[in-house]
Amino acid sequence: MAEKKMKINVGAVITLPGSSRNYKTGAWRVFKPKILQDKCTKCYQCWQTCPDAAIRIDEKTGRVSIDYDYCKGCLICVSQCPVKAIEKEVEKK
Amino acid sequence: MALIEIRIHGRGGQGAVTSSQVLAIAAFHSGKQSQAFPNFGVERTGAPVESYVRIDDKPINLRQHVYDPDYVIVLDSSLIDAVDVTNGLQPNGVVIVNTDKRTEQLRKLSGFKVHSINITKIALDVIGKPFVNIAALGAFCKLSGLVSLEALDKAIDELFSARGKVAVAELNKNAANAVFEATE
Amino acid sequence: MSRKVIESSDAVALAVKLCRAQVCPMYPITPSTHIPEKISEYVANGELEAEMIDVESEHSAASAVIGAAATGSRTFTATSSQGLALMFEILPITSGMRLPTVMAVANRALSAPINIWNDHSDSVSARDQGWIQLYAESSQESLDSIIQAYKISENKNVLLPAMVCFDGYSLTHVFEPVDVPSQKEVDAFLPGFKPLHRLDPKKPLTMGPIGFPNSFMFFKQQQQEAMLDSIDVIKKTNAEFKKAFGRSYGDGLLDLYQIDDAEYAVIGMGTLCGTARVAIDKLRQQGKKVGLIKVRCLRPFPEKELQNAIKDLQAAAVIDKHISLGQEGPLFTDIRSAVYCNDISINSYIAGLGGRDITVKHFEKVFADLEAGKQKGEWLF
Repeated sequence: MAEKKMKINVGAVITLPGSSRNYKTGAWRVFKPKILQDKCTKCYQCWQTCPDAAIRIDEKTGRVSIDYDYCKGCLICVSQCPVKAIEKEVEKK
Repeated sequence: MALIEIRIHGRGGQGAVTSSQVLAIAAFHSGKQSQAFPNFGVERTGAPVESYVRIDDKPINLRQHVYDPDYVIVLDSSLIDAVDVTNGLQPNGVVIVNTDKRTEQLRKLSGFKVHSINITKIALDVIGKPFVNIAALGAFCKLSGLVSLEALDKAIDELFSARGKVAVAELNKNAANAVFEATE
Repeated sequence: MSRKVIESSDAVALAVKLCRAQVCPMYPITPSTHIPEKISEYVANGELEAEMIDVESEHSAASAVIGAAATGSRTFTATSSQGLALMFEILPITSGMRLPTVMAVANRALSAPINIWNDHSDSVSARDQGWIQLYAESSQESLDSIIQAYKISENKNVLLPAMVCFDGYSLTHVFEPVDVPSQKEVDAFLPGFKPLHRLDPKKPLTMGPIGFPNSFMFFKQQQQEAMLDSIDVIKKTNAEFKKAFGRSYGDGLLDLYQIDDAEYAVIGMGTLCGTARVAIDKLRQQGKKVGLIKVRCLRPFPEKELQNAIKDLQAAAVIDKHISLGQEGPLFTDIRSAVYCNDISINSYIAGLGGRDITVKHFEKVFADLEAGKQKGEWLF
């Protein structure tokens, strides 16, 4: 029961900005979305709708990729892709 | 001196509250401690209102309403029939009434030292408008001897000049001085 | 320094100006209205370099205070009664985020029935929300307490918001002589606010995050420690204030009057203490050994100081201007709990609700009750 006292900042201020980046949520996935580059039309609807901002766009080529460090496998990108260029597969663990 | 308490009766819009503030400032400029405060009700134009002043040599700690005044100032004589203006007044208490009647005609006030002065007439002559609230203080200065006319002038300047009303201050000073002279 | 006859609300506004408040979000409500009126006048005249924000409610006023205080600004707001009640949601957020600020509460009864007059139901109801609460007895104390409150609130060991409570009408609308310190004197006493953390785009940080069950209690414990630490800071600030301005209020927490040899005492807050002093002077002339314990600081509660003040008394009466409905006067509850181990009889009186006048006669009755060994207080009408 006796828990050691936590080190806390006055007023719960978090002084390290962007610390949520260290919190990788990719391990939550059961299904894994996969982009079929030859079908992709670069409409970027997946980029727009991803709730975790885990779709990346390559600045030079405009190609999309998935940041699997943060993708939780919700598959919203799969359901919304108008040309069915994203498919799902079972995550191997 | 012992603590002196003053109750000012007026009608909403007549400036009884301002009158008490000016008197408190004037008493302060006469080297006294003072306190002024309104008895706030549901103020609206024409309704009977009361405001209080305390004057003493010592700092004033008392914060209750004024119940047993030494002086009562009635800015509008029609209030005599509407409220009990002498309620709690000390047996030798002074009543200053703005009225065109003679003291003997003010039967309701018998038993007190009543001074009836036609302050409205003086205000109309001097200011050109029936502003009696500050003018009436001239009578208090004369009768009490507690506050000098110079201190009253200074207080009028202080309150009205701060509001950017220099001309109003001059007219009120003249009216207060005229009431002082007319008070017996 | 200059001495002049001014309204108590003006004394508060002048103190805010002298403290160089930078952001003042305010929503006027009777009887606190003269404060925003005066401050907006100072801002419009260029006498106070501050952002005066016309907000759409008291909830917004309190919220804007948080935003401004988070950027490191010195902030001020004022309210009364239902206005403070509407701020309630924001009160514990301000204190929980440890943002220093000062709020003037012109004490007014909470409705219903609708009532614009004085009692302590508004601020006393907010006593558990982590704000330091000082109660003033005079215009002078209102002005001085605002200056002290900034210094206490911004102390690095405190970092808590503070309320300066002064009685509606019984004080807010009273004209009386006040010593107004010079800008130079106040600047020397109260340097600019240096926050521990502040919002700055160049140095990003997060304020107001979630506190999970594993951390939340630690934050509350930290707040409680800061509150208790503020007891010494309040005392020290009051002593420093005396050095700088020649005035002080007891030890900053309790203000004692004729207590040294007293057998009976009344305990209360705010303007009723002034009238109690007059009653005590009168009774002393009759040879009665009576005194006053003025509670200037309700939160943090000065428990040790109170135990010390009360130790030689035979009996005391607590006058509450608020009732915790279904229980009793909250000040009475605090005091009875503080003196639980003392051999003293304490009675509870409820008085002055909704502007009902508290008079010298009331105190004469209360002291007569104590002398007669009455074990129970009552409602004073």
